[in-house]
Amino acid sequence: MSATLLRRTVMVLGLPIALIIIWWFTSANSTDFYQPPLSRILEVFPETWLNDRLLRDVPASLGRLAVGYTLALIVGVAVGVVVGSSRFLRRLLEPVLEFLRAIPPPVLVPVFILVAGIDNAMKVLVIISGCVWPVLLNTVEGVRGADEVLGDTCRSYRIGGVLRLRSFVLRAASPQIITGARQALSIGIILMVISEMKAASQGIGFIIIEFQRGFQIPEMWSGVLVLGLIGVLLSLLFRAVERRVLVWYYGVRAAERGTR
Amino acid sequence: MLEIRSLRKVYDGHGRQVEALADITFDVAAGQFVCVVGPSGCGKTTLLRCLGGLLRPTSGDIRVGGRPVSGPPSELAIVFQEYGRSLFPWLKVHENVELPLKAKGLPSAERSRLVGQALEAVGLAEARTAWPWQLSGGMQQRVAIARALAYQPRVMLMDEPFAAVDAQTRADLEDLVRSVWRQFGVTLLFVTHDIDEAVYLGERVIVLSSSPTVVVEDLAIDLPAERDQLNTRSDPRFVELRAHVYSRIQQAKRRAPAQATAPRNS
Repeated sequence: MSATLLRRTVMVLGLPIALIIIWWFTSANSTDFYQPPLSRILEVFPETWLNDRLLRDVPASLGRLAVGYTLALIVGVAVGVVVGSSRFLRRLLEPVLEFLRAIPPPVLVPVFILVAGIDNAMKVLVIISGCVWPVLLNTVEGVRGADEVLGDTCRSYRIGGVLRLRSFVLRAASPQIITGARQALSIGIILMVISEMKAASQGIGFIIIEFQRGFQIPEMWSGVLVLGLIGVLLSLLFRAVERRVLVWYYGVRAAERGTR
Repeated sequence: MLEIRSLRKVYDGHGRQVEALADITFDVAAGQFVCVVGPSGCGKTTLLRCLGGLLRPTSGDIRVGGRPVSGPPSELAIVFQEYGRSLFPWLKVHENVELPLKAKGLPSAERSRLVGQALEAVGLAEARTAWPWQLSGGMQQRVAIARALAYQPRVMLMDEPFAAVDAQTRADLEDLVRSVWRQFGVTLLFVTHDIDEAVYLGERVIVLSSSPTVVVEDLAIDLPAERDQLNTRSDPRFVELRAHVYSRIQQAKRRAPAQATAPRNS
């Protein structure tokens, strides 16, 4: 391994490993029922998760997250582009949007149960209701802030319609949209769990709550670990996509910094 | 090719009325290279934007190729002053040059040919896969010029394109513009605040007054067609013409305060 690769790996993994070691040793002799030793949690981990739960519940939850998140992206970007392009619409809708985005989605879960039942549709709705706002509002900002010289360039070369949308509006707003998408991902993971806590029959959140109700505390904690791991993996995946899409943006910023 | 009759533009906003252009009238024949000079703030950019269909005049008549201008004309290309902001940073150089051709609906093989030809003409054939922000200011402006050329316009408008570029790069770009003009045979309207540049480049120089702006003089430049930075600029005729334009602009600037106090209809 080259020296820089080694150094980078140590930087990335150093703190998490240190924290785990601290956790291990501070909880080793714990007799608290609700905070078992880390060794116990890791002991029950394989039998709890490395069975058909992995094949049934985890994909079910992640599938709902994927559907909800994707729909939130599509709706958020579409509405965001329309609102961001029109000063009239922005002024008309801004108060209403601020009001709606301030309502915590967990509060709306009972409403969604009444409207959409207790099945997958309700859970996906809960995820969308939280994820759409950062995407929408960031898209509006991104579209609004597109450089007007580029806008004039498009007008004078008669670049319009879909080509203008694809090559100008969406690309110009993409840094902001990606920021919104990142926030929406964190919110989505939380809502994925919350939507399964009230009325569900499978899913990661459902399992964790079941363990809690059955006082199977180490198993419950193992579920928390699983969620954390899922969050880290999704975040890494997101960053990989972001790096490809925003190559140009990092380049522009680096060039600006270089000349300052 | 270009006909402008009694062009007038008044900006109305924030409780103030600003008459950017009072009465502009001139013609440009096909294939001519005309420079427009004037004191700062006299509305040169406003004139160009009206010509390019980006701004609607308050009154007056503009025709490009015989047809009145109601929006950006299809046979017209503009090169803006802010080259850094007019190139798309998420597209590579050749994609930037190609984009207007996609909008025109040309097939892919034709687009490649035009892009290659244009980049060749401005000397950037090796930079085609670079990102715009990796290039220097002068090279970015060349990309913008290449983009305008690939579009195959009949008229090119250039809005102080070399104002933000250093002097040596500006000299190279001036020569580039002249060679490209002769090679492609476009009608070129070049707006600048630099008197030397206007006399060096143009076949005609149109001098504008300061606000309220009118055409002060339409000067024919009778320098030889072959021009170069060293010899032409030390040519006695060049010095004469340059001095003449300079004095006209100074007169126009001095007259302005008197005109401002004259009574005007609101």
